Amino acid sequence: MLTNRRKDALVAAVLVAPFLAIYLLVFVWPTIQMFGISFTDAPLIGDGDWVGTENYERLPKDPRFRTAAWNTAYFVLLTVLPGTIIALLIGLSISRLKGRLQSVILALFFLPYILPVSVVYLIWDWVLNFQFGILMHILDLLGMDRIPIMKTRDWFMPAVAIVTIWWTAGFSILLFLAGLRAIPVEIYEAAALDNAGRWTTFRRITWPLLWPVTSLVFTIQLIAQLKIFDQVYLFSQGGRPNDNMVLVYYVFQRAFQQDQGGRAAAVAVTLFVLVVVVSVLQFQLLRLAGGRR
Amino acid sequence: MTRPGIQTANFWGGVLTVATVLAAVLWAFPLYWGVISSLKPEDEVVRPYIELWPENLTFDHYLTALTTTQIGNWYLNSVAVAVGVTVITIVTSMLCGYALSQLQFPGRTALWWLILASFMVPTQALIINHFVLVSQLGLINTWAGIMLPQLIHPVIIIVYKQFFDQVPKDFREAAVMDNAGEFGILFKIYLPMNWGVTTALAIVTFIWTWNAFLWPFLSVTRTEMMTMPVGITQVNDAFGVYYARQLAAAVLAGLPVAVAYLLFQRKVTEAITLSAGIKG
Repeated sequence: MLTNRRKDALVAAVLVAPFLAIYLLVFVWPTIQMFGISFTDAPLIGDGDWVGTENYERLPKDPRFRTAAWNTAYFVLLTVLPGTIIALLIGLSISRLKGRLQSVILALFFLPYILPVSVVYLIWDWVLNFQFGILMHILDLLGMDRIPIMKTRDWFMPAVAIVTIWWTAGFSILLFLAGLRAIPVEIYEAAALDNAGRWTTFRRITWPLLWPVTSLVFTIQLIAQLKIFDQVYLFSQGGRPNDNMVLVYYVFQRAFQQDQGGRAAAVAVTLFVLVVVVSVLQFQLLRLAGGRR
Repeated sequence: MTRPGIQTANFWGGVLTVATVLAAVLWAFPLYWGVISSLKPEDEVVRPYIELWPENLTFDHYLTALTTTQIGNWYLNSVAVAVGVTVITIVTSMLCGYALSQLQFPGRTALWWLILASFMVPTQALIINHFVLVSQLGLINTWAGIMLPQLIHPVIIIVYKQFFDQVPKDFREAAVMDNAGEFGILFKIYLPMNWGVTTALAIVTFIWTWNAFLWPFLSVTRTEMMTMPVGITQVNDAFGVYYARQLAAAVLAGLPVAVAYLLFQRKVTEAITLSAGIKG
């Protein structure tokens, strides 16, 4: 028995080793190092001197960090709840459809999600092109003034938010559809026997039973959007990156464009802690919700 | 009493269906517009009115994009990186998931919590130290360097563990009676019984890796080593203001994943819902 258990442990060690080695190398080690260099004035590559908490003390006074924090929060506000609601509405509409029509309609809504962000960027950059974009032609037809959307400060974040919702809604829609499918048909049949209307059925059955999925979609979106970078970077090209700054962009700018690894790491740690705190809260909330059932 | 009720329900149901179809068409329209613009000659693309179909359909931009840019290299890089990451991630995750599911060993619970905890780690925050690590290893501008930080998808281990947990214990006991080793049991019983989920996970890992932007963008400085999604943002500079050509490059970058999705629609949706923790 003892030898058996020993053998098990040995086999397990062999099976787990490849994953664990990669995990330690690309997750644990960089995380420790990130905390380490955030207390130094290191460049991107190379060592620096210990500066204590100076990099952190600078952040609240740093206007660009404040812009980045504000824009990230603004972007979360613009995408998370609206994105969840839009995906829920689309999910509900698709779930009514049957057979082939359903899969075609789902594919149309889902396709953008499967594309690389730079393809999404090029398509929308073309649609919104100030000179030749189709949206500008439509504005012309409506008799409205053209807007250089991605070059206008007030339009930038909302426009990127809309593109992001368009790009990622497919994922949330899939989760909603899976959740809707899990609701037993018998409940709806019983409601129909009681002559419950559409709205009552939704409010009394669909919404409460779908709530776990809704909160899941919401929190996945929340965590994903805190980490926004790609779209903001791409749409800022040739525009105003410093006005459109978000947290990851600021890490990138400090580290890779200004060669200030230490100061960048302080921003990265801030983001890291923020995401971990949100994740822990989410986990606790989901557990509470799970316990209630 | 019921007849008019059913009729109004049908009417509004029909209206809702039509509205859904219209919304879907409108939703996908930018995709159509991108593709159709790439098939127009440059002078048609910049016409001051909307033309939903090209007057002179042309594939020239695809030819130019393929012959005058590094798209050939970028394709090769993307395929190599995506295949490499997919194979390594699937194999290491499967082995680890099997150990977690079927074996008792010291540190098992700790490992499980480590994997769950890693969901919280924002890899975007680690870019600085990933760059330091990869350049210390001398892997900047290499396939290995692009791949390394992308080799961890903890969710795949979790999905594997769930599926291995569901395999009836009788199979395992019978195999142990026959003196089969753990590797034999895994590759002859557990893996074949879970081919479906393995292919589904492999397809989405491929798609995720193909689409990755931030890390491939940071870890490559030489144009010929870029992956497709990073490269096409550079075509911009190479082409100046040739809109149709740029869109042709975009279509070429999106094509492999779009085709993968359309071919394996059910697998992709299954794997994506599984990866969010919902059993399809």
